[in-house]
Amino acid sequence: MNDMTHPATPTPGPRDREPVSRHPNALPEQSEWTFELIEQIHTEIRRVAENFGLDTYPNQLEIITAEQMMDAYTSVGMPVSYNHWSFGKHFLSTEKGYKRGQMGLAYEIVINSDPCIAYLMEENSLTMQALVIAHAAYGHNSFFKGNYLFRTWTDAEAIVDYMVFAKNYIAECEQRYGIDEVELLLDSCHAIQNYGVDRYKRPAKLSLAQERARQKEREAYVQSQINELWRTLPRREEEEVNKSAKRFPPEPEENLLYFIEKYAPLLEPWQREMVRIVRKISQYFYPQRQTQVMNEGWATFWHYTILNQLYDEGVIGDGFMMEFLKSHTNVVYQPPVHSPYYNGINPYALGFAMMTDIRRICEHPTAEDRAWFPDIAGSDWRKTLDFAMRNFKDESFIAQYLSPKLIREFHFFAVLDDDHNEKLAISAIHDDLGYRYVRQQLAEQYNLGNREPNIQVWSVNTRDDRALTLRHTQFQRRPLNQQAGEVLKHVARLWGFDVHLETTGPNGEVISAMEVKREKRSRF
Amino acid sequence: MSHLIDRRLQGKNKSAVNRERFLRRYKSQIKDAVGRAIKGRSITDIESGEKVSIPVKDVGEPSFGHAHGGVWETISPGNQEYQKGDQIARPKGGGGAGRGKAGNSDQVTEDDFIFELSREEFMNYFFEDLELPNLVKTQLTATTEFKNQRAGYNISGTPSNIHVLRSLRGALGRRIAVGGSSRKRLAEAQEELQALLDKPVPDPEDAILVAELRKLIHHLHTRLAAIPYIDPFDLRYSNRIKVPKPMTQAVMFCIMDVSGSMDETRKDTAKRFFILLYLFLKRVYDKIEVVFIRHHTAASEVDEEEFFHSRESGGTVVSSALHLLDKVIDERYAAGSWNSYVAQASDGDNWDNDSVLCRQLLTNTIMPKVQYYTYVEITDGPPQNLWEQYSQVPDHHPHFAMQKIVTPADIYPVFRELFKKQAKS
Repeated sequence: MNDMTHPATPTPGPRDREPVSRHPNALPEQSEWTFELIEQIHTEIRRVAENFGLDTYPNQLEIITAEQMMDAYTSVGMPVSYNHWSFGKHFLSTEKGYKRGQMGLAYEIVINSDPCIAYLMEENSLTMQALVIAHAAYGHNSFFKGNYLFRTWTDAEAIVDYMVFAKNYIAECEQRYGIDEVELLLDSCHAIQNYGVDRYKRPAKLSLAQERARQKEREAYVQSQINELWRTLPRREEEEVNKSAKRFPPEPEENLLYFIEKYAPLLEPWQREMVRIVRKISQYFYPQRQTQVMNEGWATFWHYTILNQLYDEGVIGDGFMMEFLKSHTNVVYQPPVHSPYYNGINPYALGFAMMTDIRRICEHPTAEDRAWFPDIAGSDWRKTLDFAMRNFKDESFIAQYLSPKLIREFHFFAVLDDDHNEKLAISAIHDDLGYRYVRQQLAEQYNLGNREPNIQVWSVNTRDDRALTLRHTQFQRRPLNQQAGEVLKHVARLWGFDVHLETTGPNGEVISAMEVKREKRSRF
Repeated sequence: MSHLIDRRLQGKNKSAVNRERFLRRYKSQIKDAVGRAIKGRSITDIESGEKVSIPVKDVGEPSFGHAHGGVWETISPGNQEYQKGDQIARPKGGGGAGRGKAGNSDQVTEDDFIFELSREEFMNYFFEDLELPNLVKTQLTATTEFKNQRAGYNISGTPSNIHVLRSLRGALGRRIAVGGSSRKRLAEAQEELQALLDKPVPDPEDAILVAELRKLIHHLHTRLAAIPYIDPFDLRYSNRIKVPKPMTQAVMFCIMDVSGSMDETRKDTAKRFFILLYLFLKRVYDKIEVVFIRHHTAASEVDEEEFFHSRESGGTVVSSALHLLDKVIDERYAAGSWNSYVAQASDGDNWDNDSVLCRQLLTNTIMPKVQYYTYVEITDGPPQNLWEQYSQVPDHHPHFAMQKIVTPADIYPVFRELFKKQAKS
């Protein structure tokens, strides 16, 4: 039995609604969509969204077929992307799953660009199209525009142009240097693409024209710098003495791809440019990886709120609402941990529950809420939600807003799995003693810094064999996975010389090491 | 400001390049899989896609991650009975009970990455060993040909297909039909009016009647004028339908020596030879029957399974198969309604005095009854007497082709004549 209750919502459901007279713009009860009907419902959704104060990029809705949806899937949702076998692999598995009916396709894909592009799939019913418009074109869109991570790290105006630039550049490289060369390089870059992001530095804005112009300059300049760094002509003695004490790099570098782009000795200029492309794209997706719960929760909250509003106004009818509620309920279902369907915490479920809960705390606070959230209990829910959307990421959002009520409803509990102990221990459950602990742990679970191993460039042996040393600072004694050796080979391919990976324990002491020897000092 | 754009008609195969890159990268694995599939498939079943599986570890994209070990503390939903401080046994398989999504372990799943090759792709891999000329490859992969044929008229279609004569004829008919009653009443009214006007002594009441009739006539004229000259309803479009090109029926005989000297590899090569003939026939004929005849010292007609997979030993008498072939043609596939093709594979062994008999049988009895006879000798040794006798057959009958083959790449020349003809027609 599933004893989880869905969070109560202050928006009236279909049962307790007064009969309303038909709205002049009421939608016909039919499941087939037409362009006119989509325009009509979109106008209504936009009106409601604007009344709620959602600030969005202009919308561009595109009707596509299932095949095109599969294409969009494989190029990570971007309208254009460069070619690589791994995208083909994703396409094949998606296609297989879809054709055999093992999986449905997502109802929507939305691209963080200006204008914001949302794909509507041809097969969707009218209700689903309305759901997607509200969810993607107003929910996600306003999140992209408002959230601080997206504002800082991504450039919605330039991304599509940049992808065009990347595609053309890589296609040109393939023609010049051969498909295999390019593929090898991309394989290696993809292996460490999660380590191609700046976490604290804001990247420069992208622009297609500037990018083209600067690319040439960069090529010449960077190459001259590298040559200086690795120069083999003897220097004058006193210079040598000064340099000898210096470490390189002076500070550890977290952005492996950046470091390789700038300092790998043997890369050709075009190879540096491709490393840069992978790095830029990875950076673009970095905020999405950190705001899954918030982003989906926000979009789900708004499609729910907007469509309920339209129902209350009489724009959409009962049949429409039933179909909508069915999909909505499926989306926000959280199977409990002992269920065979359990596959981690459903970000839609948690996000939607939290957004709805914040509204509840604002509108109908209980004594408990007043004690836990004195600042927001009883405040204007729209302002509070807007503030939450703009200024948090998953980790901090959960740490800030997860209420005891939700912890109880989800029956959250913490399990401590320490390989020094023989048994697992329940460290906290959903009770007075456990709320804060559970909340803190759950927030930690969404901390990207904990989820991925912390690996940074530690040093380069500039005086001898040019070997690159990476350091893995262990988190909670967790070991690296078995693929690490493979990844290290890719790093060595990019670097062109030996690569060492040291794992350090809690006191900074090296506890294990692995290395990849570069056998031939050949260029790629 | 917002836009609604219909992108459905724009290219849908954006991923085709990526897919092709994938196939390119895993070519050797895919070729192995195709080779296995050819062995396992029936000759008549060669033309469909194939499921190919590649071990997941070969297609993996490695990345740094945490393995299980050290300390994991995870939050999970759906607590039922646990209290703080409870100790629970570690579940088997290493995973913690409540390992959430964060716990990306790298337990290697041994599942294979499975995907479908399309029919064309499958055929291309199949042809690759056979070194077929490109023209032939395209011929063989092409799907059924259709021709456009007129098929009457349709009420919808593209403007360029409007059939003017039909449309106007329809319009005329409609105008007559729709205006019929009005025209009749108009004629009557005009007659009455004329009668009234022609009266020598006009009645005073007639004036009103005349006015009424004039009004009616005017009304009817307007109505008739309102009937459109041509209406969308009248439009007729030439209708064209696609009809598959007519084909006829053929029978294909596979004859193989199954004496002890034919080992698995030779049988496999022979199978490819038979498949190629089958594919060719499939292009040309609508209906194909395949007859399998195997022989050692005696010949028998068998099903495909037995043909390829059961082993016999002992000597070889080729003429036994030719006798049986002749008998089957006469009994079931009389010339006239069937086109007969024969493919014979052997390692060249035969009893000395039997080879002469074979040549005579072929030249005098069998060759006049068949469209094409192909013979492959799968051996790398010197030619034996059967080969020598057979080489005299083409002098009398040009539709006989023979080839000595070592690898599958040598098969094609046997069919060269066949495909040449096909290309011309």
